[in-house]
Amino acid sequence: MYPEDLRYTKEHEWVRVEGAVGAVGITFHAQEQLGDIVYVELPRTGDQVTQGKALGSVESVKAVSDIYAPVSGEVIAVNEALASAPETLNQDPHGAAWLIKIKLSAPEELSQLLSAADYQAYIAPAS
Amino acid sequence: MVSFGGWEMPVQYSGILDEHRAVRQAVGLFDVSHMGEIEIRGPEAFQLADFVTTNAVARLKTGQAQYSGLLYEHGGFVDDILVHKVAGDHYFLCVNAANQEKDYEHIRGVNHWAAEVEFASPRYAQLAIQGPRALTTLQKLTASDLSAIAYYHFRDGAVAGVPARIARTGYTGEDGFEIYVPPPEAPRIWDEVLGAGAEFGIKPCGLGARNTLRLEAKMALYGHEIHASITPLEADLAWIVKMDKGEFLGRAALARQREAGIGRKLIGFEMRGRGIARDGYEVFVDGRPAGWVTSGGPSPTLNKNIGLCYLPRELAEIGRKIHVAVRGQLVEAETVATPFYKRAK
Repeated sequence: MYPEDLRYTKEHEWVRVEGAVGAVGITFHAQEQLGDIVYVELPRTGDQVTQGKALGSVESVKAVSDIYAPVSGEVIAVNEALASAPETLNQDPHGAAWLIKIKLSAPEELSQLLSAADYQAYIAPAS
Repeated sequence: MVSFGGWEMPVQYSGILDEHRAVRQAVGLFDVSHMGEIEIRGPEAFQLADFVTTNAVARLKTGQAQYSGLLYEHGGFVDDILVHKVAGDHYFLCVNAANQEKDYEHIRGVNHWAAEVEFASPRYAQLAIQGPRALTTLQKLTASDLSAIAYYHFRDGAVAGVPARIARTGYTGEDGFEIYVPPPEAPRIWDEVLGAGAEFGIKPCGLGARNTLRLEAKMALYGHEIHASITPLEADLAWIVKMDKGEFLGRAALARQREAGIGRKLIGFEMRGRGIARDGYEVFVDGRPAGWVTSGGPSPTLNKNIGLCYLPRELAEIGRKIHVAVRGQLVEAETVATPFYKRAK
């Protein structure tokens, strides 16, 4: 369910780092909580995002929710396909529905993120 | 699950869009047992029911229901309700979950007649079967001829062998039924209805779809379009106020407001720019703050982003360009005629 090669935030975003670039998305758990996603607002290529600060928002039929940057850097790509097919976020949140790609300005920030196992423990209902 | 007035209720089962579509195209089943019931009985039950509500109870025939308002003396809403005439000396009220104790005290407080007011909620669970296939689905479980029950009428019968009040009412803009049954039997009836509707693709539906469906049909939600500071005249609900029926609670305030003219009015809008309006967002006209959104969201049927808002009366005209402040940005919208969705007869 939660790929080992991603790093996760407690705000339910993920980042997949390849070299100096991180692809960012929201987690399966996030889309499950939101329900049918109908709208995504994303930054533009060239924008700077800061770890922990809102980079955009995602709206489901019932609610709107901020998306926080898991890492800092410059936006070098935006998944434009989501504008016309936001439901991809429900269908493939860890894959096709990546939101943006960031050129990392502070790779050391990655150490503050959760592993797949830690994230799953974090979202597991308290017993 | 979310907590709603002390009830644990699902926002969705299979997904709001899926459930919404099921109700518009086939049939959906809602557990609305949180709704409250109040019964008024006695030789002067009519006098009390008519005094405490805005619609004309005298126009009800036995077996008929009407949408109505419970108002404070100042004209604001205590609640919006359904009044069912069970008999000349017996009225059955369906009220909002969060308001039921308040409604009960309100009605009791003005009971100067030979009438008894019963807080009957514990005796009823309520299921709503809604959609074009609702009748065919429910008909499998009852000997009552459902096609003989006209819209906003009801009869007492049995569903799945259990005594039930079967009303052709709803909160979705579709044909359908709301049934009132003894709570211990409700889980079994739920299962039986799901079984009966399986061939049509029936879906259990949660609060989320209930909200998108009622918004498309422009049905008011207490706490949003209406509340203690809003009158029926402002809420575009003048049709449930029968000024000529005689004295009723709130009448004097409404008469004054009608004389002076209402200051604000509820009106529908569609987003023209990218963005979704949500409850509480501010509305701007000509760059100035002018009102607020009472309900807003995507319309699954129309595939547009819609909403309802209050605007000053002189601005509340169809076709006006407005802006909605969506998370700090003014997004273009336009006022439109409502309801947003109306089923084909």
